[in-house]
Amino acid sequence: MHEPRPAHARADRRLHNSAPTGESAADVIVVGGGNAALCAAMTARHKVERVIVLERAPADQRGGNTRHTRNIRHAHQESDAHVIGTYEESELWEDLVQVSGADINEELARLTIHESVSCPAFMEAHGANWQPPLRGTLNLARTNRFFLGGGKALLNAYYATAEAMGVQIYYDSPVKDLTFDGSRCTAVIVESNGERRALGARSIVIASGGFEANLDWLERYWGPAARNFIVRGSRFNDGVVLERLLHAGAKAIGDPKGFHAVAVDARAPRFDGGIVTRIDSVPFGIVVNSQGVRFSDEGQDLWPRRYASWGRLIAEQPGQVAYSLFDSKMHGRFIPGVNPPLKASTIGELAGALGLAPIALERTVSEFNRSLTGNGRVDFSQLDHLSSNGLLPPKSNWAQRIDTPDFYAYPLRPGITFTYRGVEVDSDARVKREEGGTFDNLFAAGEVMAGNVLTKGYLAGIGMTIGTVFGRIAGKSAANYATG
Amino acid sequence: MQLVDHVQDARRQLEICNSCRYCEGYCGVFPALERRTELADGDVKFLANMCHDCRACYYACPFAEPHEFAVNLPVILGQVRAATYREQLPTTRLAAVARAGLRRDALLTFIGLLILVATVLKVSGSSSLVVAHVGPGAFYEVVPWVLMAGPGLLLGVYVVTVLSIGAWRFMRDTESSPSQVLDLQALATAGWEALTLRWLKGGEEGCRYPQNRVSRSRYYLHFLVFGGFALAFLATAIAAFYQEVLGILPPYSLLSAPVITGSIGGIAMIIGCTGMLWLKWHTDRRLTSDELVELDVSFLVTLGLSSLTGMLLLAFRGSPLLGSLLVLHLACLGTLYITAPYTKFAHFVYRYAALVRNRLESAREIAAQASEGGP
Repeated sequence: MHEPRPAHARADRRLHNSAPTGESAADVIVVGGGNAALCAAMTARHKVERVIVLERAPADQRGGNTRHTRNIRHAHQESDAHVIGTYEESELWEDLVQVSGADINEELARLTIHESVSCPAFMEAHGANWQPPLRGTLNLARTNRFFLGGGKALLNAYYATAEAMGVQIYYDSPVKDLTFDGSRCTAVIVESNGERRALGARSIVIASGGFEANLDWLERYWGPAARNFIVRGSRFNDGVVLERLLHAGAKAIGDPKGFHAVAVDARAPRFDGGIVTRIDSVPFGIVVNSQGVRFSDEGQDLWPRRYASWGRLIAEQPGQVAYSLFDSKMHGRFIPGVNPPLKASTIGELAGALGLAPIALERTVSEFNRSLTGNGRVDFSQLDHLSSNGLLPPKSNWAQRIDTPDFYAYPLRPGITFTYRGVEVDSDARVKREEGGTFDNLFAAGEVMAGNVLTKGYLAGIGMTIGTVFGRIAGKSAANYATG
Repeated sequence: MQLVDHVQDARRQLEICNSCRYCEGYCGVFPALERRTELADGDVKFLANMCHDCRACYYACPFAEPHEFAVNLPVILGQVRAATYREQLPTTRLAAVARAGLRRDALLTFIGLLILVATVLKVSGSSSLVVAHVGPGAFYEVVPWVLMAGPGLLLGVYVVTVLSIGAWRFMRDTESSPSQVLDLQALATAGWEALTLRWLKGGEEGCRYPQNRVSRSRYYLHFLVFGGFALAFLATAIAAFYQEVLGILPPYSLLSAPVITGSIGGIAMIIGCTGMLWLKWHTDRRLTSDELVELDVSFLVTLGLSSLTGMLLLAFRGSPLLGSLLVLHLACLGTLYITAPYTKFAHFVYRYAALVRNRLESAREIAAQASEGGP
């Protein structure tokens, strides 16, 4: 029952003394251990012998933010067992422009979209399993394909495949720096067991993610407010490699201050809380800040589209905290959070439990209730135009009185998913230089270059699209350069 | 009892699962969980007994240790299952004894041996354990039929009674009323799911057992244990028919129906139990706990030894070893019967009840969707 496994497939493997070292440690070195990194490594390995993956996390936390992903967005011409209908490349392009605006790199965006078509076949060939429809095919998604078990299961499959292919994977191996000779990257500097060592390769792929877990870096732009942010993904995305790349003259792209954030439970762990910390109660009631005052339209758009804007809104509130209130009529109408909501029989009592001034909260709720004159039945499946009257800010849809005890509240904080800042690449995933031209042998994939395609906003599953497409391109380009 | 603690921690973990839902494609536990926004104790018990320990969810979980959420459904749901079985014991002291696992079994078997040997010495004489017995009724020359069948029947009634009470309690706790449960389609579908181990495969080609690699070994070994047990049961029934209806006393010839059926069953159980024990020995240690080891291992060892002594008895029934092997075999069977309602043996009762409950719920869900004109 023991399958033969290559000797280097031990899960706890760190860089040790017998590991390759020096100027020519490998044909291709991949920095990072998430989806883009593994796609690059496996693609490169199809063409070259010696491929090394340097994952900075320990084996049991490998995979960066891919751990928390769930599906991949891709264009397709027809239905199959796991997606329904058609999703033309043109439609995906429109969806992307709608969230990210017109100033995206059209060449790379269209390349991503075109290459997305072949992603599912590549994924399957490298071990991915898809989630079957659970409640009849009518429930299949059209734009996104779900992998069975989510991102960590996909990573397990990819790591197993990469190991079986002979890719050498090292854990607990953070890259701290890169060395250059003109436009050629000569080596990566890895820290392992307290020692630094240089590993050189013909080609180097950077797939090490963004800097959203680096609160010091975020503090540069956000001041002390950054200390109140919650990082939804891996604690290992500290952006060290991105910072060294930019320092070495890589051309920057993306708003340095930009991040994607959603409303999460304020009681969530500081790092790695993932999907379960998200709070979906916003459209079902009102949201107030620490002064007990409303600050944005809770019913502006359908929640899946609007959901992503609340992280930023809360980040701009005093203390970076807010409270989502609803009453017993709405309890149980949405996916429950991991922590139960706070509960009280009066608004004043609820304010006490939240540490808010009862008078302020009672006033906000009664003003809100008074502004509701319509009598329709709320319908969360569409914009129902049941709105407040003469209230600022308004609640444009699903507005109904908060009047039926018990009253509930979730405390909210901004939960950062990823940052947009990255390095600019060309269509071979080659990293561009600030002074013009590109580095010869340095390629980038995944979140570290996603800002080329997605400059703001978010489309569910597009991070996996960019990571898979550019992981494959970077792996292929790196292998081509290594053999050329 | 620890049931309360286990149920509480299981509820904490399941609530994390219910707001994540990434695992919903693996097995029936997650869609059943998604039908609920709050989890009563009975819900936790129901979900725990739906779980076949395929472990796919553990390896897919971003919230497993070292994450502070420490989600590990295979272990916590297994602990709730174990507590479900033990709940049938009348006192907590007995429950503590029940937790002693193999030591308990060894002690029970030893006591059984003492009683049997004392009885044999008194009833059949001191020589009956060491001389060969041949011809019809050979076994009964050592242990008279009444003393074999009487206690056997009593133990059988006891096992059925305890398991019936357990099933009744389970249905009460999961609010499955008798009128609901008498849904023939649900009973049949759940029966098919139980026999084919539908949920053991975790939505893949096999389960991730004993390590994080899809494997069919546990799937096949389960068939051997279950099929072997069914055949041994059948052999006993045929033998009873031979004796009571046809008037032919055992031992039966090697090519007779009861011996062939029983031998195939016995060998299947020996292979199945040994293989299962091998898997448990090589299991991912993060996915097991002391009480699960007690529960599974003690059952597998007792069943395996019962089969082994049975086969040895068959092999050496013509020799002077017959007497001592018979006594040993009966002592092993006694332990198997006495412990059965509280070990892994009992799982099929609760598992089937949970599968029926699941079928009833999903049928209701489909009906509700249809009446709404779509999902």
